[in-house]
Amino acid sequence: MTAPATVSGRPAESRLLALAGNPNCGKTTLFNALTGLRHRVGNYAGVTVERREGRLRNSDITVLDLPGAYSLGARSPDEEIARDVLLGYFPPLPQMVLVVVDASNLERNLYLVSQVMDLGIPVILCLNMMDVAASAGLQIDVDGLQRELGIPVVPCVASRGEGLARLVELAGAELPPPPTRRWKLPEREERAATTLASTLQSDGSSEARTALFKALTLLCEDNADERLLKGLTPQALAAVRTSRTELGESLSEIDSVVIESRYAWIQDVCDRVCRQGEIPITWSDRIDRVATHRIGGFLVFFALMALMFQAIFTWAQTPAGWIETGQGWLGEFATARLPDGDLKSLVVDGVIAGVGGVIVFMPQILFFFFFIGLLEDSGYMARAAFVMDRVMSRVGLHGKSFIPLLSSFACAIPGILATRTIEERRDRMVTILVAPLMSCSARLPVYTVLIAGFIPQERVLGVFSLPGLVLVSMYLLGLVAALGMASVFKKFVFKGDTPLFLMELPPYKLPSVKTVALQTWERSSEFLQRAGTVILAINILLWATMRFPGDATQHSSERLRNSIAGHAGRILEPVIQPFGMDWKVAIGILGSFAAREVFVSTMATVYNVEEDDEDKQSVSVRVQMQSEKDPNTGAPRFTALSAVALMVFYVLALQCASTVATVRRETGSWRWAAFQWVYMFVLAWCAATGVYQLGRAVGLS
Amino acid sequence: MTEIPLTRLAPGSLARVVRVMADGDSRRRLQEMGLVSGASVSFVRAAPLGDPIEVRIRGYHLSLRKAEAEKVIVRANEMP
Repeated sequence: MTAPATVSGRPAESRLLALAGNPNCGKTTLFNALTGLRHRVGNYAGVTVERREGRLRNSDITVLDLPGAYSLGARSPDEEIARDVLLGYFPPLPQMVLVVVDASNLERNLYLVSQVMDLGIPVILCLNMMDVAASAGLQIDVDGLQRELGIPVVPCVASRGEGLARLVELAGAELPPPPTRRWKLPEREERAATTLASTLQSDGSSEARTALFKALTLLCEDNADERLLKGLTPQALAAVRTSRTELGESLSEIDSVVIESRYAWIQDVCDRVCRQGEIPITWSDRIDRVATHRIGGFLVFFALMALMFQAIFTWAQTPAGWIETGQGWLGEFATARLPDGDLKSLVVDGVIAGVGGVIVFMPQILFFFFFIGLLEDSGYMARAAFVMDRVMSRVGLHGKSFIPLLSSFACAIPGILATRTIEERRDRMVTILVAPLMSCSARLPVYTVLIAGFIPQERVLGVFSLPGLVLVSMYLLGLVAALGMASVFKKFVFKGDTPLFLMELPPYKLPSVKTVALQTWERSSEFLQRAGTVILAINILLWATMRFPGDATQHSSERLRNSIAGHAGRILEPVIQPFGMDWKVAIGILGSFAAREVFVSTMATVYNVEEDDEDKQSVSVRVQMQSEKDPNTGAPRFTALSAVALMVFYVLALQCASTVATVRRETGSWRWAAFQWVYMFVLAWCAATGVYQLGRAVGLS
Repeated sequence: MTEIPLTRLAPGSLARVVRVMADGDSRRRLQEMGLVSGASVSFVRAAPLGDPIEVRIRGYHLSLRKAEAEKVIVRANEMP
């Protein structure tokens, strides 16, 4: 079946209403208010833009929440989706568009409205945030605006539910398409555009509805969308060339002329319907005097970040502890009930441990999303990017990359999920690629075992303790590597012009806990479904490699050594020998793919340590590692130097199946996940080997 | 009255956009966000580290990097 490009045969009663609007216009709040709490969240085919759909209250109208867009010029993935849906590239085509505008910011918001109105689908205008407009001293003549635009205009305060009844009523009504275009181009451009539009229409290259929009796109853009070009007849293509030639010199400026003409019309409309009183000094201005102040700006920023870390590191640990306890009980329960054997091991070590390994992330992710949601909804997120942009632009990144990177210190998964706030694809990709280099909390147990075992308790310069310094260096190494690799990727992989940093600083508002909670829930449960299943599958696979081919009579240590993973460890020994490791450590590294801290428990099994308590286990592994001997020389196998080399490896290598699964999910392809794994492995191997060999060369051991 | 880049405006002062000198997508984007010739714009503040800057245009606040703001040529309103 080929997907129809036009309206699909939906029955008349299941009307599709698209919700369009600029970012920060209160669209999400309105969507939640119109549809209640039940939404379907998915993705558009082939892209990672969220697709949210709900049912309009007391009706069978489906409401589709389009991604926020400043324009249909499609200069970000979000805008591209909004445009494509309205052009009918993602059928079904909506029967009606509800454009939400921020009444306090009417001029810029009307730009999108003028574009949507050109598409010939019936349009309703929701004049949202009327309260904000009033408090900013702006009076809008709603009837006048309705006359000027020729479409229904409904004043609303979505956060308080005002005006919704009228919107619901209009959404169910039969409305005519918007009136013929009221903004006009200068004569010459106008003639070229209308002539081309009528050619497109008469030779069947375009429906009447979108002919003008397509004509303008074809005139303005040198490389118009393939899907648009494919639909053109040879005559239409010739007409495009003729029109472009006729425009001559002014062709290069036509896109400016179109934008200016729209704004000229908007300005006229606004002059007629808006009365701007005295502009009062708002709360928002007052807050910004502190939040973007030379010193205050950083203080506020770091205070909020500290709070966020507190939430992820400390508060989330309590529910995470419950989950671990619950997992423990469940494991014991299954152990007691099931007969010994593969099934028992699959259930206990594979499924229960695997599922536990996924949901143990959930408290962190929930806390993090909730906090980020509050920052976003209140308007502070844009200020954070404003304050930090200078720092991030040094390595070619965007101010918005800072929070994802910072939160990766707790866990790369929420960090990677948070990159969704970065509109520019290249910036987002680079941020995803380097985020796991930041030392996450799961690396800490590995560092702890190795530092406690091999780094002597000495003082450096009389004040610093050597173990502390080593730990800090590991964190710094991750940070430096992340920033360094970001700048390498920007230079060599994601080349091109520095993307434009143009960001609205919306007025602050009290965040809506309901909106944020709902969003947190949607994002987290989506993560649980999509990435969770992959993480679980990988964990079960890892379990299998560490158990088979097994012999039930063997002791667990012996069995692990003889398993697929055990053999793989021996095969991999030459790979990690250059930084002083043996096959036993190779098994530990393999095992820690499930989660880095599993290194400790895997080493415990390898060394046949019989300790269930985590702290004692850690001590025993340490003691065992200290007493390991090199079979050839009889010298200790591990030294301070090789411990540092192994830590360096752990800082830089992507030893985390969950992160790989999340990256695959967020970038939409295994290729990027694989690329990331490989580059990080190469980096880790080179750095670890470099440290070890250099150390030996200068006589450290 | 002289034409100067947006970055040279004093904080708090008002001006009119004369033209946007950027190319291609950058220019389109700046214009779509409302910085078209004739629009009135005021300089609000610079970020703590001097870059980016914050301007007020068409009743809202927009931040942009100096590199782009350099390309927005404005004519400062005469001080009353």
